[in-house]
Amino acid sequence: MRHGKYPFVIGFLFAPVALYVTFVIWPYAQAFQISMTNWRGLSAPQWVGFDNYRRLLDDGAFWKAVQHHGVLLLALPLITIAIALFFSFLLNVGGRSSGGQRQGVWGAKFYRVVFFFPQVLAVAIIAVLFQMVYRPNESGLINGVLMKFGLEPILFLIKPNLALWSILAVLVWQAVGFYVVLFSAGMASIPGEIYEAAEMDGATKVTLFFRVTLPLLWDTLQVAWVYLGIAAFDCFAIVAVLSVDGGGPDGATTVLAMEIYRNAFVYSKYGYASAMGVALFFLTLTFAALTLRLTKRESVEY
Amino acid sequence: MNPQSTLPPPAALPPKTGDPSAPAGPGRKDPRSEVRLFAGLGHVALAVWAVIVIVPILWTVLAAFKNTSEIFSSPWTLPAELRWENFSRAWTKANVGRYFLNSVIVVSCSTFLTMLLGSMAAYVLARYRFWGNRAIYYLFVSGLAFPVFLALVPLFFVVKNLGLLDTHTGVVLVYTAYSLPFTVFFLAAFFKTLPSSVAEAGMIDGCSHSRLFFQVMMPMAKPGLISVAIFNIIGQWAQYQLPLVLLSNAKDKWVLTQGIADISVNAGYEADWSGLFAALTIAILPMIIVYAVFQRQIQAGLTSGAVK
Repeated sequence: MRHGKYPFVIGFLFAPVALYVTFVIWPYAQAFQISMTNWRGLSAPQWVGFDNYRRLLDDGAFWKAVQHHGVLLLALPLITIAIALFFSFLLNVGGRSSGGQRQGVWGAKFYRVVFFFPQVLAVAIIAVLFQMVYRPNESGLINGVLMKFGLEPILFLIKPNLALWSILAVLVWQAVGFYVVLFSAGMASIPGEIYEAAEMDGATKVTLFFRVTLPLLWDTLQVAWVYLGIAAFDCFAIVAVLSVDGGGPDGATTVLAMEIYRNAFVYSKYGYASAMGVALFFLTLTFAALTLRLTKRESVEY
Repeated sequence: MNPQSTLPPPAALPPKTGDPSAPAGPGRKDPRSEVRLFAGLGHVALAVWAVIVIVPILWTVLAAFKNTSEIFSSPWTLPAELRWENFSRAWTKANVGRYFLNSVIVVSCSTFLTMLLGSMAAYVLARYRFWGNRAIYYLFVSGLAFPVFLALVPLFFVVKNLGLLDTHTGVVLVYTAYSLPFTVFFLAAFFKTLPSSVAEAGMIDGCSHSRLFFQVMMPMAKPGLISVAIFNIIGQWAQYQLPLVLLSNAKDKWVLTQGIADISVNAGYEADWSGLFAALTIAILPMIIVYAVFQRQIQAGLTSGAVK
């Protein structure tokens, strides 16, 4: 099958590669260059070297955003994975075993379907939804109930030290179902005989979970951690829509994506925004490399 | 899907019945009380989470039928009557109908283009040996590592200089370009697994390269294509940041996420709350229906990225 290969190969690759280079590769390459200029869109950009990066170091909003990424980076994967692991263990091996076949608890299929649902909704839509849920007066879902009982309403998005956690809760709300399904697939591929052997030796469910399921699921957990970490570096849609005036109150929930958007498309500081973009890129890359490095260990063959 | 989910639920509920004759493994310590406690707590936790997922959505749908005073005075009761006019107001006056249609147009065009270009590139990269093959493959795959925000400013100017700012064409091309890395990565792996004997037979029968692709390989790759298509449809439907940047000045071209977020962000105290709830319901309900019908495929499609 060699005849006329090259015209075909070029014909098939031309359009995808052209499109990809124009809209993805070329902008990425330019981002590094623009970050070294003081370009504001009107006059020709002037080369300023690392000035933008030096200014980043003194930018309070930038450091606040980085700090929030730090919190999200720890809390989002930790909470989501813990909840999802617990649920997927229940749904797959929580029930009794019969004839060597592991069984989930009753209604496992129903739960899996319901839990996964938020995953198909757009984050921006979920953010609007939770704006209603968190509303600070009697029209909010949660405060409506609290105020019926004569309690003080909780100002979820208005209190600076509560706002970020309120947003985090929404992210967890959406993510758990996805990881339940992901971990379920991983658990399904663990052979039943291993559980059986462990149970014969008198292992309890808790022991099964920590000594059998967890080690054999390590690779999947690693993937989940990287995914959630990358999600923690984005968060634009949820912060832009849910938080008080885009990252507020007073920058208490801002993230880098929000600051990039604001600097570029509100203040027209294109050079400075690009420098933030480059910083975000290196943060993401460092995180991914670190995670893969730190969580590296012998994977158990079975 | 995992094999357990297709099994019928156990006939008796172990946590509740605690049947003493339940088959216990030979030589096992009596673990029944522990099982019962664990499964009992587990059931409570599962039910609570299901409520946490369902209630906000259900509450929104109910509120879509209320009027503003009902929303404020009794957020937890059923609406006094079904006010369908909230929906027609959201659909026409708040332009949700327009936004919805725009989303459908943009996502169907960009998913089609993504699948066409992505499978073409993936096929050639997976099954033909030529100079530069690996370089192009890694060029595509490296896109998986870059956050879109790094490129946001230059991307805006690339689109602007091409005269595609505030057009659906621009959004479709950008969506497609940013969906290519995953699509190529996934489909290339998929095309590699297809047997080459069929392709060779086709070549011997005088089938051209492109006919072989469209009439033999594409049908064979159908399961993989469906997974990636679902992945792309849901991802592109949910896009918010790209249309926000690329369509900012053309309100009649906005997509659904953008439109509804705008209604919500700009809602003041005199806002049409019931209209906003109706708009949200219009955005959520179709997804529930689509999800209910294609639940298995969607779960498989969305998690396919994480399965090696």
